[in-house]
Amino acid sequence: MESPLSLMVAIPLVGMLLVLVLPSAAHNLIRWTAAAATVPPLLLAGWLFANFDRTEAGFQFVERYAWIPDFGIQYIVGIDGVSITMVLLTALLSFLCVFASWGIDKGVKGYFALFLLLDAAMVGVFVALDFVLFFLFWELMLLPMYFLIGVWGGPRREYAAIKFFLYTMAGSVLILLGILALYFATDPHTFDMTVMIASRDQYPATLQYVLWLAFFIGFAIKIPAFPFHTWLPDAHVEAPTAISVILAGVLLKMGTYGILRVNFAILPEATAELAYTLLGALGAFNIVYGALCAMAQTDLKKLVAYSSISHMGYVMLGMASFTQQGIDGAVLQMFNHGTVTAMLFLLVGVLYDRAHHREIYGFGGIAAVMPVYTGFVALAFFAALGLPGLSAFISEVLVLLGAWQRYPGLAAIGASAVILTAGYMLWTLQRVFLGPLNERYAGLPEISPREVFTLAPLAVLVIGLGVYPQPVLDLIDTTLAQLNAAIAPLL
Amino acid sequence: MIGLTHYLIVSLVVFALGLFCVLTRRNAIGILMGVELILNSANINYLAFARFGSGNYDGQIFAIFVIMLAAAEAVVGLAIVLGIYQTFRTIDVSATETLRG
Amino acid sequence: MDEPTSVAYLRWIPLLPLLGAALNGVAGAPLQRRFGKGVVTAIACLPVAAAFLLACRAFNDLLALPAAERLLLDRVWTWIDVGALRVDAAFAIDPLAAVMALVVTGVGGLIHVYSAGYMHDEPSYWRYFALLNLFTAMMLILVLADNLLLLFVGWEGVGLCSYALIGFWYANHDNATAGSKAFIVNRIGDFGFTLGMFLLFWTMSAAGHPTLAFRELGANAHVLADATFLGWGAATVITALMFVGATGKSAQIPLYVWLPDAMAGPTPVSALIHAATMVTAGVYLIARLDFLFVMAPATLAVIAWVGALTALLAATIGTVQTDIKKVLAYSTISQLGYMVLALGVAAPAAAVFHLMTHAFFKACLFLGAGSVIFALHHEQDLRRMGGLRAWMPVTYGTFLVSTLAIAGFPPFSGFFSKDEILWKAFSSEQGGVALWFVGWLAAGLTAFYMFRLVFLAFHGDSRIDAQARRHLAESPASMTVPLVVLAAFAVVAGFVGVPAALGGSNRIEHWLAPAFAATTEHGAHHSAALEYGLMALSVGAGLAGLALAHAMYVTGRVSADLFARFGGGVPYRLATNKYYVDEIYQAVFVAGVLRLSRLGAAFDARVVDAAVNGVAAVVRGVSRANGGFDRIVVDGFVDRVADATLLAGGVLRRLQTGSINLYLYAIVAGVVVVMIAKLL
Repeated sequence: MESPLSLMVAIPLVGMLLVLVLPSAAHNLIRWTAAAATVPPLLLAGWLFANFDRTEAGFQFVERYAWIPDFGIQYIVGIDGVSITMVLLTALLSFLCVFASWGIDKGVKGYFALFLLLDAAMVGVFVALDFVLFFLFWELMLLPMYFLIGVWGGPRREYAAIKFFLYTMAGSVLILLGILALYFATDPHTFDMTVMIASRDQYPATLQYVLWLAFFIGFAIKIPAFPFHTWLPDAHVEAPTAISVILAGVLLKMGTYGILRVNFAILPEATAELAYTLLGALGAFNIVYGALCAMAQTDLKKLVAYSSISHMGYVMLGMASFTQQGIDGAVLQMFNHGTVTAMLFLLVGVLYDRAHHREIYGFGGIAAVMPVYTGFVALAFFAALGLPGLSAFISEVLVLLGAWQRYPGLAAIGASAVILTAGYMLWTLQRVFLGPLNERYAGLPEISPREVFTLAPLAVLVIGLGVYPQPVLDLIDTTLAQLNAAIAPLL
Repeated sequence: MIGLTHYLIVSLVVFALGLFCVLTRRNAIGILMGVELILNSANINYLAFARFGSGNYDGQIFAIFVIMLAAAEAVVGLAIVLGIYQTFRTIDVSATETLRG
Repeated sequence: MDEPTSVAYLRWIPLLPLLGAALNGVAGAPLQRRFGKGVVTAIACLPVAAAFLLACRAFNDLLALPAAERLLLDRVWTWIDVGALRVDAAFAIDPLAAVMALVVTGVGGLIHVYSAGYMHDEPSYWRYFALLNLFTAMMLILVLADNLLLLFVGWEGVGLCSYALIGFWYANHDNATAGSKAFIVNRIGDFGFTLGMFLLFWTMSAAGHPTLAFRELGANAHVLADATFLGWGAATVITALMFVGATGKSAQIPLYVWLPDAMAGPTPVSALIHAATMVTAGVYLIARLDFLFVMAPATLAVIAWVGALTALLAATIGTVQTDIKKVLAYSTISQLGYMVLALGVAAPAAAVFHLMTHAFFKACLFLGAGSVIFALHHEQDLRRMGGLRAWMPVTYGTFLVSTLAIAGFPPFSGFFSKDEILWKAFSSEQGGVALWFVGWLAAGLTAFYMFRLVFLAFHGDSRIDAQARRHLAESPASMTVPLVVLAAFAVVAGFVGVPAALGGSNRIEHWLAPAFAATTEHGAHHSAALEYGLMALSVGAGLAGLALAHAMYVTGRVSADLFARFGGGVPYRLATNKYYVDEIYQAVFVAGVLRLSRLGAAFDARVVDAAVNGVAAVVRGVSRANGGFDRIVVDGFVDRVADATLLAGGVLRRLQTGSINLYLYAIVAGVVVVMIAKLL
């Protein structure tokens, strides 16, 4: 097969159409159809993993078709070391989240149709190499999210959905302006990212500066970087479990992916100028701020949301370090955080489905009634606080090691957060799972096989990549080395 | 002697009387009578100029036309008055205000 | 150094206990239900025994090699390979690691056997052994790691197991809190560790040797001699940061506060983790990085004083404790202080020697305490014990032997190791009289409080509750046999380190010499007489302590309140309240962080998010204004036009009177107007 990328985008769309023609009452048929629609992309992802050339730094599996030639718009898809991990993550999480959504029982057809549309859009964002196509998928991803949160969410879902949608869209406006500016600045006019990357010397420094800021704000909203992060806690708390997983696991990575794909690759001089303050310092601040805010939360999901903000700070810090270790660590952290935070949200969902609330102080001693579940929770919590032997440790250590070489102060600040993270994670573990059993929950059912099925692959990845991270590092290393080589001399 | 001027004055007086009738009378037939007076005053005018003016008979021929015209118009007018009477049961023109805006 | 000998069996030393842990962790509960606890015990103890045998084999292999080449390496796979950083999952064993590995597997194995008896009635038996095995595996990874990053994996791994085992009986919040406290305080140390590791890597990298493997670091450490960081010597900063990590793990000032609380865990855990192995990890780390520390005399001075002061401080607190385990906990902190002191005076061999002997006698003491606690059904208060030697002779015998060892009486092992440290503290180039004096004071106090413990628990009239007295008996063999073995080692282990002054060859110092090649022996020209004199002084201090304890708690000739009334009771109150250190930390750091976090969350909700909602409110206001403008002005304009039209129509309508008279008037008037217009 030449290139599976278009198939990976198209198959969920076909699945969506199939789901739409099914009768609304056939809940199980709809669910299984949706599940079936996510299996081929997963298999194709596996094929990609096996056939990706790890010595090639440029784009692979490229498909290029003319679309609107008069405006220089083409249909181009392709992946490189930066995006392949994201594509793999998306395929895996989409598959698992279909099973995590099994409990949705009203508007099932609409839910899964929107979910599949979201799935296609997510993959599209990561593989698109034409700016119009990229923007199309970027916007396309927003719409299903709005409905998925706004219809199937919690008590304040309308507020959360609108906030998420408008906030991200405001950023999209800036991105669009940037895209158009790049179009006109490129000679000959084109929307082709590969051309822009190859000819990035033609952009004058001042233009790069302005564009960098525009793109950065648009992407920073998604990361989410302080102070553009306040949509995240609300969106996470109100969204249904599977959507929280997708939001945290994949959507947040689009921000940093965008910065790597656009800001770093196309605007290197501006990156060299601005990365310290806007990525490095802001990332270090994110790490500490997110951890501090998480410590003060009493809602379990909000706590995990703030911990996500903290962990994405590591990605930003690593990206700003411009060392091989730092950037590799940042992209690895994107993948690892995707798996760890997915586990965390799935686990919170397991408890919420049974107890119907997420108040940390409302539980106690759950380990006595749900020991297997507590085992998974312990794994996820310790992964989140970067215990060596688990995957997140590798990425965090690489990020901090890389950052130390260039900005020891920022690295020290980032490293201090390990104490804070241990603090709030262990406190939560104790308040919810240890201590005397809260009699209200003496009869809670243990974790079900379906729930274990959604967690097990992630657990395997978390442990496996902690012991042997080279498979993922090999994927990303060559491309990132090239990216780094283009910018590091400019510092 | 009695010259053109005398006839013109008579004509004017008759015209004025006719105009007065047209404008002030409430009786529809009275208004028609006033219209007749105006037409006849015009006739007197024509005849006077025919006799004392040009000397030919054009004025007199015109007067015959006017008489004929007056007769026709009187017929039409009286037909309308009849129609008004049938609708309004009166020929007082102040009663026919249905087209008031 | 020549290439190390490559072997393939080292990996099994940590791997076997790891497999035991995995098996018990996943299948332990059902196995225990179906086949009973014996299966679980076997799954747990056999791997440790096998690991011990493998460690012995490694020791033998090392013995067979010439001294300069004693290094075995087992490279398993490439763990991380990014740019210049290349870290392997590789295990290496040299003389130092061999000593550690033997201690961990040997003492650990004995404690596994002991636990089978002690935890016999515990329903979560399988979970206990899974964690104990996991701990052993992690400790072995720590000890056998061939590079700093893999060591850190073991370092944190033992921290995790410590957390899980301290809070083993998690239904009680206090236990869980103690576990969390241990983990978090250790994390503070780890913060220092990681920063030191980063600085080390980059400084070495800048000098052309990007590596974290001990072998290569040791061979190339000299390049750091000229390197600086922020104006300080790089070696000094790195070692200072590493020492911060060590203070966390090895419970030194200021990060020792977790260890007394850790006594909440089962007693065998306290013996293994908090006496023999995990807490010695910090000492091991500094010993392993000896080639760095010799380049940083400033750090060494700090280390020496921290160790000495910790030894003294902990000893003072230990004298007033009434819980048998707390006495031993503070004793551990104090003894660790000695080891750290030894490291600080550039005597790493003495530190490791004391580490080894301490493992034996402290483990024996803790297990003996456990035996007492087990017999008294979990009574731990010394004030409710007494006269136990009549009921528990084996426990008493081994406990007494270990007490003599810790108090430093010859010929027990503690005498040789502690005296070596005190001698080096006095005579070494880094040492001095002041350091020796503090250590000597602590030695006297050690003897005092340990014998106080023995007398209160085992001698005198029994203050034991009558109910408990009925079931009082010596503990089962699974518990007493390890006690005897450990006590035996506490007696003889010292003989590997007999100093030259007493006619021995100090075999352990020579054995460890290749690991401490960078440490050169300086102050060697003190006379043997001085050494004898100091030895006599320390034995004298021990005797004084013993005598005082005897006078206070056996014969009653000295009032037991002597200390309580000394100095107006202030020192006593300070000691009983542990110098309020925990309270200070709580008020300053814990409360401070919590307040900061609440501030952050409030800031986030009320400032940042309010800004977002404020923007939304402004936009809503603008749109309302816009809507109003549209409705009132723009649309109003359209409506006014309509009104004007209507108005005009209304006016013109008045012409339509329907009055024939008026129309006739109008006709006449119009004709007149036209006529006048025509005439004009």
